[in-house]
Amino acid sequence: MDALILSRLQFAITTIYHFLFVPVTLGLSIFVALLETWYINSGSYEERVKLKKLVKFFGTIFLINFAMGVVTGIVQEFHFGMNWSEYARFMGDIFGAPLALEALTAFFIESTFIGLWIFGWDKLSEKLHCLCIWIVAFGSNLSAFWILVANSFMQHPVGYAIEDGRAVMKDFVELVTNPYVVGEYSHALFAGITTGGFLVIVVSAWKIATDEASREMFIRTMRRAVLYTMLGVLGVMGSGHMHAQYLAEANPMKLASFEALWETENPAPFAVVADINQEAGRNDFEILIPKMFSFMVHNSFSGEVKGINDLQREAVEKYGSGYYIPNDVRGMFWSFRAMVGSGGALLLIVFVTGVLVFFCRDKIREHLCCLKFMPILLPLPFIANSAGWYIAEAGRQPWIVVGLQKTALAVSPNLSAGEVWITLIGFTAIYLFLAVLAVFAAVMFIRRTKITSEE
Amino acid sequence: MDLNIVWFILITVLFTGFFILEGFDYGVGMMMIGRPKNERSQFVRAIGPVWDGNEVWMITAGGATFAAFPHVYATMFSTFYLALFLMLLALIMRGVAFELRGKLQYSDWINFWDFGIMFGSLVPALLWGVAVVNLLRGLPINYEMHYVGTFFDLLNPCALVGGIFFVLLFAFHGANFLALKIADKALVEDLQRKATCLGITTLIIYVMFAAVAAVDTDILAKLSTVIFLGISIGALIASCAAAHAGNACKAFISSTLGIAFLTIGFFNALFPRLMVSSISPEWSLNIYNAASTPHTLTLMTIAALIFVPIVLIYQAWSYKIFKERVTASDVHY
Repeated sequence: MDALILSRLQFAITTIYHFLFVPVTLGLSIFVALLETWYINSGSYEERVKLKKLVKFFGTIFLINFAMGVVTGIVQEFHFGMNWSEYARFMGDIFGAPLALEALTAFFIESTFIGLWIFGWDKLSEKLHCLCIWIVAFGSNLSAFWILVANSFMQHPVGYAIEDGRAVMKDFVELVTNPYVVGEYSHALFAGITTGGFLVIVVSAWKIATDEASREMFIRTMRRAVLYTMLGVLGVMGSGHMHAQYLAEANPMKLASFEALWETENPAPFAVVADINQEAGRNDFEILIPKMFSFMVHNSFSGEVKGINDLQREAVEKYGSGYYIPNDVRGMFWSFRAMVGSGGALLLIVFVTGVLVFFCRDKIREHLCCLKFMPILLPLPFIANSAGWYIAEAGRQPWIVVGLQKTALAVSPNLSAGEVWITLIGFTAIYLFLAVLAVFAAVMFIRRTKITSEE
Repeated sequence: MDLNIVWFILITVLFTGFFILEGFDYGVGMMMIGRPKNERSQFVRAIGPVWDGNEVWMITAGGATFAAFPHVYATMFSTFYLALFLMLLALIMRGVAFELRGKLQYSDWINFWDFGIMFGSLVPALLWGVAVVNLLRGLPINYEMHYVGTFFDLLNPCALVGGIFFVLLFAFHGANFLALKIADKALVEDLQRKATCLGITTLIIYVMFAAVAAVDTDILAKLSTVIFLGISIGALIASCAAAHAGNACKAFISSTLGIAFLTIGFFNALFPRLMVSSISPEWSLNIYNAASTPHTLTLMTIAALIFVPIVLIYQAWSYKIFKERVTASDVHY
């Protein structure tokens, strides 16, 4: 393997790992802020003691996750220069701006106000303290916005010109109002709400089942988390659907690839299962739902959807000879099904949990053993998030910036394969090691913390 | 004054903020070496509320370099590939350690994470020293702005001494910060004794280094650089004297000035270059051939002029909130 493929692998590993924590930060920061708002507006003394403990409880889980997100995020910023120096040269005029703005407008407020929130319980007024976590939540979500502005340009360049062999910014407003951002950002935000909310549901379920003293508070928390997560799941589905329709015009190759539609069809069927033969440019076996893909794209059972092979011919006409099909159509196809499948499963699980906590509250005791095993479902949103990013980024290949720069030309020319092996192994090892320790610390903390009215 | 110069100044400002603020964070981490657990906990608590905000100065300096001088970002980060990898490992350990060390009460757990903080503070300080010296000496950069040396070329003896210098300087600065933040009088006196020793050692290396650099590089070619570095040395001497006399406030302000003028002197020596090519002066990266377009620089100037002052205001406010000295009873939070 050469430095290019190793750098790609390293970027994929570190990005996916980073994005295990990011959605939790996005969603849980808002949830903790909501909890604290509930706390400062609550009445009786006993209630306040319990709610404060609850805020600190989920606050601590949030902080462990937040720390992991922050440290893995630094790696991301450095990567563009370390492994992708030619990308940085080509794109710096455009890509550097949102990155610097992310640091200036989002990282500073996140990091400063999280410090105030952690250590400020006795030093700030209740309202000011609560405001701090809202600011953190705002900062986190603003940071996601900036980085997705940068990413959207790579998927769908706007407001630029090519001068002296590099991309230069012509219109900043066009850059931030890139229609691609709308789909990516809303999808990421709702995915964050889903992930953060589902984490709260799972933790609450486990505490309800195993910690009788705290049961009542966690049932109440779960009700709120169910509503919150439901909002997230529905939002993620709506924004995903919208974004897929938008892809039909903005990046039809990506759309056709994750549906493994090789030839242009009208109406186009949806493949539930396919044995993909990328070399031959067809599926050797498939189970189809007639007209369904057309319906997904056009909201009607007729309408043309372009196929991969035709898009490849179009690309050759436009960019000259070359292979413009993402090199892992199979992986994209199955990732899309993993994402949608996990999302659907989540919808069902959250719905059933909602019925239990809202309408069958007195029957909860009979279902404790189900609740106890709910944590095994926790991977679902994380699978969906990772699969989603895999589709987004694998679907961009062979381009690093669609239509402007190929990934193969973006890698740092001075790197040897040996150097990248060292860092690839190093990052992977430390990431695995820290994941074990962080999960261990979080589980021990969740196990021993009780939410009761005793001080 | 054109925007390229404005951005050179802004990058200088960001790195100055970074070296001052993370300088004492790294220093506090290094001062934990060889201390008992309760003292280490107080040290961690002293920077607990602010270290994360301080680290963002580095992130912002990196991001701003990317936005304003993309070629510098590209060449620098790919040149220092393995060094930055080590730094990232160190920063990852340190950042997670701050959060996790207090989550369980086993002493092995706390000792492990404290080791992470010490390692995570020492290594970046060392590597920044190595980087700064290499940037001053010049690096084998070719006509395409690509580094053509190896990792081991970066570890020349001169650069390693620079690394040790940064370690001592930051440890000194961190000890001064702790002397301001710790309530325990006996501990403060001990810290000030250590600060004095560290300060004197730092100064000896500093002066030797300046002498070697004057012969070896063009760092002292400009009179203004000599003046900046002179002020820096003067401030560090004053800081040492103040630490010895037990005046923590004066000691910390002086070491802050010492680091600030050192950074300013460094950038002033480089100006208008940002990365010096040791192969040919024509191939050096400077504020014109490495810059973004005027359009992007204008946009970023407006953003920086709005947001940097706002950041300074709320960060100063956060320091004010946590201005009280840390006592042994503060360490459980």
